[in-house]
Amino acid sequence: MIRRHEIVEKRAFVLAALILVTVSIGGIVEIVPLFTIESTIEPVKGVRPYSPLELAGRNIYIREGCYTCHSQMIRPFRDEVERYGPYSLAAESMYDHPFQWGSKRTGPDLARVGGKYSNEWQAAHLVDPRSVVPESVMPPYAFLREKDLDYDDIADHLRANRLVGVPYTDEMIAAAVEDLRVQADPEGDYEGLLSRYPKAAVGDFDGQPDRLTEMDALIAYLQILGRMVDFTDIRTEDIIQ
Amino acid sequence: MANKVERDEVTGVETTGHEWDGIKELNNPLPRWWVLVFYATIAFSVVWWILYPSWPTLTGYWGGILGSNQRLDLDRRMAEARAAQAQWLEKIATLDTEAVAADPELLSFAMRGGEVAFKENCAACHGLGGAGQFNYPSLADDDWLWGGTLADIEQTIRHGIRFYDDPDTRDSQMPAFGDILEREQVEDVVQYVLSLSGRAEDGEAAARGSEVFAEQCAACHGDDGRGMKELGAPNLTDGIWLYGGEPQDIRAQILKPRHGVMPAWQTRLEDEVIKMVTIYVHNLGGGE
Repeated sequence: MIRRHEIVEKRAFVLAALILVTVSIGGIVEIVPLFTIESTIEPVKGVRPYSPLELAGRNIYIREGCYTCHSQMIRPFRDEVERYGPYSLAAESMYDHPFQWGSKRTGPDLARVGGKYSNEWQAAHLVDPRSVVPESVMPPYAFLREKDLDYDDIADHLRANRLVGVPYTDEMIAAAVEDLRVQADPEGDYEGLLSRYPKAAVGDFDGQPDRLTEMDALIAYLQILGRMVDFTDIRTEDIIQ
Repeated sequence: MANKVERDEVTGVETTGHEWDGIKELNNPLPRWWVLVFYATIAFSVVWWILYPSWPTLTGYWGGILGSNQRLDLDRRMAEARAAQAQWLEKIATLDTEAVAADPELLSFAMRGGEVAFKENCAACHGLGGAGQFNYPSLADDDWLWGGTLADIEQTIRHGIRFYDDPDTRDSQMPAFGDILEREQVEDVVQYVLSLSGRAEDGEAAARGSEVFAEQCAACHGDDGRGMKELGAPNLTDGIWLYGGEPQDIRAQILKPRHGVMPAWQTRLEDEVIKMVTIYVHNLGGGE
């Protein structure tokens, strides 16, 4: 048995054929689930596409690499559920391209951070994390408050997401720029926005009502995280596959 | 390469025929123990595939003959943990906070549980031990914006303050007096407010300011400036300042007030946890 590998190693064709078989198994295991992935998404209500401002904030979240220190994945363990809230469902990231589950927690998990802190706290914390959490090791992101949000192409971001399966409607795309402005406008008329994007946090986010900055977008995104699904009536039997 | 097998003279082991700078590679087999462990891990994985959820199938995945499911496991573990504390939690669930605080055993349990929940959920703003910081009131003193009884504290925790997502949230807005008063009147009121804590710099201005205060501010802050908890209007006489007590801080608050926001916790924390946090906060030093 010890020297049987010579049969493979000395015959290039046999070697190639066996490599093909081995790689195929790995490929099948990864590819087949994609055909049945729908069945892994729990039938829960409330998950909606991100509003334009939230989507812009999500892009900043990705650009700044927040996922390298913050996960968005509460695992079904008692310590995590008691600390962060209900465990994350597949349905909650079905419109995330790409998802922000992360794999490392230098900072806390953010999957349910929406509504946990006030906008004012989020802004103060992003400007100088240690001003509100003395033991924090997070770098400051004060510059986001000084950078006007560039949103001319926001409708294209919605279209790109639609291409990969996010159900943005024509109406949503047509209203994208207006919805984005309204969400961060403290005096805005939010009716249309909230009919398209229920539960969206609205108003001034960064403490500068006259400006629409990158920090406005990022906080709008943080404030929706984990709030779309109402967990009060969900039973485990309904969401196990 | 030569077909004939070459043997190393010293060890008698065959070489692979590969040679680098006179150093020849011997064709030693892998240690037997290593090979056996390797095969054992393969066998183990086969057993695992059968027992636990593993391979994808055309209609879903193989669920394993043990019927293991992480989400159901979690439910079981949570129920076990709850059962271990049931003798206290069941009572806390049915009693109101007054009754819980009156029972020494429940009080002790609630203080520990409340502290844990406070650290995770409240300390980011109110500080460890409720010390408070600029913008976020101290919970360890007896100065309460919205009332410091158990019922008041519980109401605030459940529904928050100026939290847009809760219809029962506590709400009040101080007008921006920069748009209402003349600039001189604002300066007079600043002096009057300073005088309430014995710090007026200009007695005449403070006297003028008292008239403006009576007309514009007393409706919420009270004739004597001691505030009104129903409206969240702070006491201006006690030297405790949420947004700073220097003349420029007071001026800024009169011209364009800050309005602090506290999230509602009713939808985030369990009922028993809210009660425990209420009791913990009430006992930090200044509960009424």
